[in-house]
Amino acid sequence: MRRAFLALVARDIRLAAGIGGGGGMAVFFFLTVVAIVPLGVGPDRPVLELLAPGMLWVGLLLASLLTLDRMFQADVEDGSFDLLSMGPLPLELVAVAKSLAHWVVTGLPLVVAAPVLGILLNLPPERMPLLVGAMLVGTPALSFIGAVGAALTVGVRRGGLLASLLVLPFYIPVLIFGVGAIEAAAGGFEGQVGMQALLLLGGLTLASFAIGPLGAAAALRANLR
Amino acid sequence: MTTSELRLAARDLTCIRGGRLVFEGLSFEVRAGEALVLTGPNGAGKSSLLRQIAGLLEIEQGEIALAGGDPELGISEKAHYAGHLDGLKPSMSAIETLRFWAAYLGGGDDAFVERALEAMALAPLADLPVAYLSAGQKRRLSLARLAVCPRPLWLLDEPSVALDAASVGRLRGFMAAHLAQGGIIVAATHLDLGLANARELRLGREAAA
Repeated sequence: MRRAFLALVARDIRLAAGIGGGGGMAVFFFLTVVAIVPLGVGPDRPVLELLAPGMLWVGLLLASLLTLDRMFQADVEDGSFDLLSMGPLPLELVAVAKSLAHWVVTGLPLVVAAPVLGILLNLPPERMPLLVGAMLVGTPALSFIGAVGAALTVGVRRGGLLASLLVLPFYIPVLIFGVGAIEAAAGGFEGQVGMQALLLLGGLTLASFAIGPLGAAAALRANLR
Repeated sequence: MTTSELRLAARDLTCIRGGRLVFEGLSFEVRAGEALVLTGPNGAGKSSLLRQIAGLLEIEQGEIALAGGDPELGISEKAHYAGHLDGLKPSMSAIETLRFWAAYLGGGDDAFVERALEAMALAPLADLPVAYLSAGQKRRLSLARLAVCPRPLWLLDEPSVALDAASVGRLRGFMAAHLAQGGIIVAATHLDLGLANARELRLGREAAA
């Protein structure tokens, strides 16, 4: 079972990283969105500093939505999914493997890109570690919650928009606590409030890890049988 | 694996697709070393029946049971399904594809992969990305998957589509070898595959009338 799980994660990462896999798409979207913000709101440094945490998180959420709809759909369309469902892994673990692979090719590169964009938005360097920490803790939740939306819309052509609408409301807690962790530092409560926001973010990730794959597997069964 | 007592039995099966009754009251039994060839006009339910056996389609009524083999596993884990879709990724090479399925399905090591490539005469194409393969070569790669992980029941939906005469001959030998090892094959086909030990199950009310 472990061999099957690792094989699936490795395959999905390789497919996404290859040409046409959409692996780099999220990062470039993130770069574009955040890079045009200073052009829109003007180069006023205090304003940018104020907007930075929120803009970075909003950009990150939208970017991670971008590749969501293909999580299961690609395999369903070419028939691979039938074969995957006949393997030793229950669909719940297939969903975990696919969410994990989605996080590695989408979430992780976004976290790496975030500090660079933080500089662009005049985010003070001393808040960078908190930014990266919060995103590292929060982004897995986006993939696990997103898996449910991807599974629900697996039979819908161009289901990306529908999946985004379904999933976005459930991303909001991640956004609130993600921004909260960074803002707390600005207010001088670095030690306690920032830590609390991080812990809540971690809680969200763990809860989504527990619930997301179950929901995704149930949606896949309902959709495909 | 105790293949000697292997037996696939279906009793009183009913299939309804999109509100339309496809077939009902279907019963059959296949024993180890036997092939069941499904024939019938388009829309008679050949593919639906194969998907029902594979556990990929809801069974409205009736039941399907596979006796023998590991009692811990369900039918879908004891069966290979090769449908109309090849289930291949254009950016993966032939050998990568087979290695992945061997690992995922819990099949054999690289020796199995090599043998599967040989069996379908794909060895010269092993490192080529699937995107560059022809339709027939893709089909052969899709069928080679059956050999990387030994499973007793093969469910084949039009396995000979897109294959040239030489490849059909190879497929025949491939299937005969599986039957000789005590496996079961259920295949839907319009082409006579000329298997010894094969029985025909004709589907479709038009045909029965």
